Amino acid sequence: MSDAAVATMDRKPMPGMKVYNMKLGMWVFLLSEVMFFTSLIGSYIILRFAHPDHWTDPGIVLNVPLTALNTFFLICSSVTMVKAFAAIQQGDQKGLKNWLLATILIGAAFVGIQIIEYAALSSEGFLPMLDAYHAVGRGNPHEGPSLGGPLYGATFYAMTGFHGAHVSIGVLCLIFVYFRARSGAYTEESLAGVEVIGLYWHFVDLVWILLFTIVYLI
Amino acid sequence: MSTTAATETHTGHAEGHHDLGFIRTYIFSTDHKMIARQFLFVSLLFLLVGGILATMVRWQLGFPGQPMPLGGMLPDTMAPGGIILPEFYNSLVTMHATFMVFFALMPLQAGVFGNLLIPLQIGADDMAFPRLNMVSFWILPVAGIIMLASFFVEGGAAGAGWTSYAPLSSSGEWTGVYMGQILWLVSLTVLGFSSILGAVNYVTTVMNMRAPGMTWFRIPLATWSLFVTAWLLLLAIPILTGGLILLTFDQTLGTAFFRPEGSGEPLLWQHIFWFFGHPEVYILILPAMGFTSEVIANRSRKPIFGYHSMVIAMVAIGFLGWIVWGHHMFQSGMNPLLGMTFVVTTVVIAVPSAIKTFNWMGTLWRGNIHFDTPLLHAVAFVSLFIIGGLSGIFMASAPVDIYIHDTYFIVAHLHYVLVGGSLFGIFAGITYYYPKMFGRMMNEGLGKVHFFLSFLFYNMAFFPMHNLGVQGMMRRIYDPNQYEYLQGLQPMNTFISISVFLFAATQVIFAFNFLWSLRAGKEAGRNPWKSNTLLWATPSPPPHGNFPEMPIVYRGPYEYSHPDHDEDFWPQDDPPATSGSGGQPAASPNPELVPGD
Amino acid sequence: MNFFWRTGMVLVGMLTVVIVLWVITGPSWLDLSWVMPDNVASTFGPTLDNLWLVILWITGIVFFITEITLVVFLLKYRNREGRKAEYSHGNNKAEVVWTVIPFVVVMALAFYSKGIWDDIRDPDRIPAGAYPIHVMGAQFEWSATYSGADGQFGTTDDFESLNVLHIPVDQPVVVQLEAEDVIHSFFIPEFRIKQDAVPGMSTPVWFEATATGEYTLACAELCGLGHYRMGGTVVVHSEADFQNWLAEQQAQAEAD
Repeated sequence: MSDAAVATMDRKPMPGMKVYNMKLGMWVFLLSEVMFFTSLIGSYIILRFAHPDHWTDPGIVLNVPLTALNTFFLICSSVTMVKAFAAIQQGDQKGLKNWLLATILIGAAFVGIQIIEYAALSSEGFLPMLDAYHAVGRGNPHEGPSLGGPLYGATFYAMTGFHGAHVSIGVLCLIFVYFRARSGAYTEESLAGVEVIGLYWHFVDLVWILLFTIVYLI
Repeated sequence: MSTTAATETHTGHAEGHHDLGFIRTYIFSTDHKMIARQFLFVSLLFLLVGGILATMVRWQLGFPGQPMPLGGMLPDTMAPGGIILPEFYNSLVTMHATFMVFFALMPLQAGVFGNLLIPLQIGADDMAFPRLNMVSFWILPVAGIIMLASFFVEGGAAGAGWTSYAPLSSSGEWTGVYMGQILWLVSLTVLGFSSILGAVNYVTTVMNMRAPGMTWFRIPLATWSLFVTAWLLLLAIPILTGGLILLTFDQTLGTAFFRPEGSGEPLLWQHIFWFFGHPEVYILILPAMGFTSEVIANRSRKPIFGYHSMVIAMVAIGFLGWIVWGHHMFQSGMNPLLGMTFVVTTVVIAVPSAIKTFNWMGTLWRGNIHFDTPLLHAVAFVSLFIIGGLSGIFMASAPVDIYIHDTYFIVAHLHYVLVGGSLFGIFAGITYYYPKMFGRMMNEGLGKVHFFLSFLFYNMAFFPMHNLGVQGMMRRIYDPNQYEYLQGLQPMNTFISISVFLFAATQVIFAFNFLWSLRAGKEAGRNPWKSNTLLWATPSPPPHGNFPEMPIVYRGPYEYSHPDHDEDFWPQDDPPATSGSGGQPAASPNPELVPGD
Repeated sequence: MNFFWRTGMVLVGMLTVVIVLWVITGPSWLDLSWVMPDNVASTFGPTLDNLWLVILWITGIVFFITEITLVVFLLKYRNREGRKAEYSHGNNKAEVVWTVIPFVVVMALAFYSKGIWDDIRDPDRIPAGAYPIHVMGAQFEWSATYSGADGQFGTTDDFESLNVLHIPVDQPVVVQLEAEDVIHSFFIPEFRIKQDAVPGMSTPVWFEATATGEYTLACAELCGLGHYRMGGTVVVHSEADFQNWLAEQQAQAEAD
């Protein structure tokens, strides 16, 4: 290193990834989440190829229209999240709070609808456990032969359940960020908290789009 | 997008940090150095637990059916009259490995040295996320208590092997173990978060918080090894977490992911476990390789031979480690053609390890070798890792593996890499970095005695295990004498058991040295090993904030015995003007001249 | 005391400890052999033992060269008065050499292994006409089912043999391996064969015995508290004796 270059060096860290720590940390953390869902989704794929008879055609057991609506909601919540971030980038505190609130409400609605769906499915006999599985499908008055097999239920609840848990944790984090926003913690210069929860939220949305496709549509 | 938040680092408060009180300083500390010490004490305790379990296993194999000394203290469900029961033996084997892998070897390397070395070697004041770091540590004792508790529940501790193959592990009806297996699963699921959060911290810190001039190829190999290890932890542990959760559902909810009676797939568990499990073994050895590089270069007063190759080899190991997992499953009933692809990838992964071994030897070549305790342990790492690596070649060949799979040949191999390799590497790390952690030197005489006895008894115990495997002795066998063809091996088993007891007893010397030196060791001074890395530019131990101001790095970490320099070492932050070389900065071996990436 | 004397004494001390413990516990020196035991009795045996020897030679030579070099370096380059280390960052040519050579050697090993692996494991290479036996591993026993005179499994003339597998010499046998409860592993050390028995799967494993006699059958996968006592016997008969045994079993099965 030349003396001239040395003399002009500031005592600042190397540029690194040119992204501030919390954001880099969130990206890195999301990679681990990718691997977690890979574990669950990979298991589903292997089990489905090994025992295709455990699955039915789409829509027979699962409520595709309702979940499609739910998917639309979640995508909307990503839009509101983007709006919230855009707001604070402009220094718009009111916009930040309102769009965060919208994201929280839609996110909570998503979880609520999922819980309702679970309740309906389990009352129709669609359960994860081997001994209790007796799916009779939608529109069937709780009678008829069992459709598919227990692997269908087990993988369904594992994948969507853990996704739902991630959404719920996201909603709680959003509530935390919302209250911080109300106390004026975020400005145009200091919006890391909003940005990283936004990243997490978009990730959770992306995972859902993938899950919706492979669980409900295939 | 704007870069938010004020400067992320806050050097310059090395003095004047207000007193935090006992709890915030010693219990709930966010200082990476204190967290490193916390990891050290807790992991050494778990190492002790794992060691005690091993001696009990070896008691049974060395003196089958005989009452164990102090065995009368154990309940009748484990060892009536001090004689170990078969089901307890299975638990001992399982829990020995579980404690050693998850609660000793991982935290001793990634937890202790990840925390101690990374910020100090790259010139940062702490980790990127100090409070997250504290959480990472505290998860360890919590998970450990859950795991220990599993010994005391009805049915005893998990007994399906540390690999927990389904369906043996998916229902208590096969093992008689119910709650114990569930606690095992819960403990490891909880522990996984420690690794994942720690990995997020390490990766972010190394990428974003290096001091000016600390380009990627000026980072010391210890930090490089921990960086690669962090990536492996980040990506592999969640896979295990997913599998553990599904297995827990099988155990508790009655799902059938892995249970054939519900069309579950036992082999799916193996794929999930080993897809995690193989990167895991590199998590268990890479940091030890890093310490070995530091110690050998420093004690030989020579640059590490082939620094770039060493980095590339570690990264290659990190990548290749993902595509070899099937070699644990050659005999599982997996498609033989798939098995063959794993043969190819497995033999290839031997190559980067070989490169590293030759580079360590190249570092010693024409060096000026000082035989301090750390150097002895580092050289032992190399020599024993060679054995472990070469024995791996046998099992990489799938047809040869047919015979030696699930025999003591495998047990020998894994202990050569994990004890001969990782543990001796950890000893090198502890003896080398102790002065920086505690401000005192460990006793050199005791250190050498501990080393020589450990090396002797270790090889006496584990080298003959290769032969046991060649004779066909299976793993996890409570009483080999049930098989006539194995009865002749009893004397060898007794020889091994006594050697293990002697090896265990020798560790008392290390424990004494470690504890005694905390108070009575010779004061270390700032740089007792005359090393170049930024770590040694700080006081021993370093104050909160590490550096009075952020250091500037001018050269790589291995400028030892430079011909144009009077001293046989040349610290990374030594400005060229004061190099004592008479003006002209010597040609930098690394051509990067600007602080860019 | 100088370096060599001190080192020498340490080494002698270590050797003494080893010998003393060896004498006390009394293992056989033969137990230190790295060559496969010579009790092998199947067609796979010589091929696999030969492959083992090839690997033993290669790894053995590497072992001695590297470890001896390591010791030589430690002695030759140890710190002494006035000694200075050579300042060298490495040698790219050396890196290439010790990357390419190991790579070539291990790839050769992989391809050499492939042929043998296919012969043993490829289901399409199971000899036609191999004598079929169904073997079921369960906690903690092996039960072998024979098809009986009609050559069909699942018929009334099937008969079972518990923990003893009877097979003819010099004839390929194919075991259809299953497990009732957990994973077991079907291991006949003297035939050099091993195959995991997985519940829910049926895996073929074939072999051909080359000498009559009795051999060990062992379970090689942890399967519960009785794993250590899940052994059995493989009895290899001459062709004539095997037919006799079959007839006897048949008669017995019909009588029951």
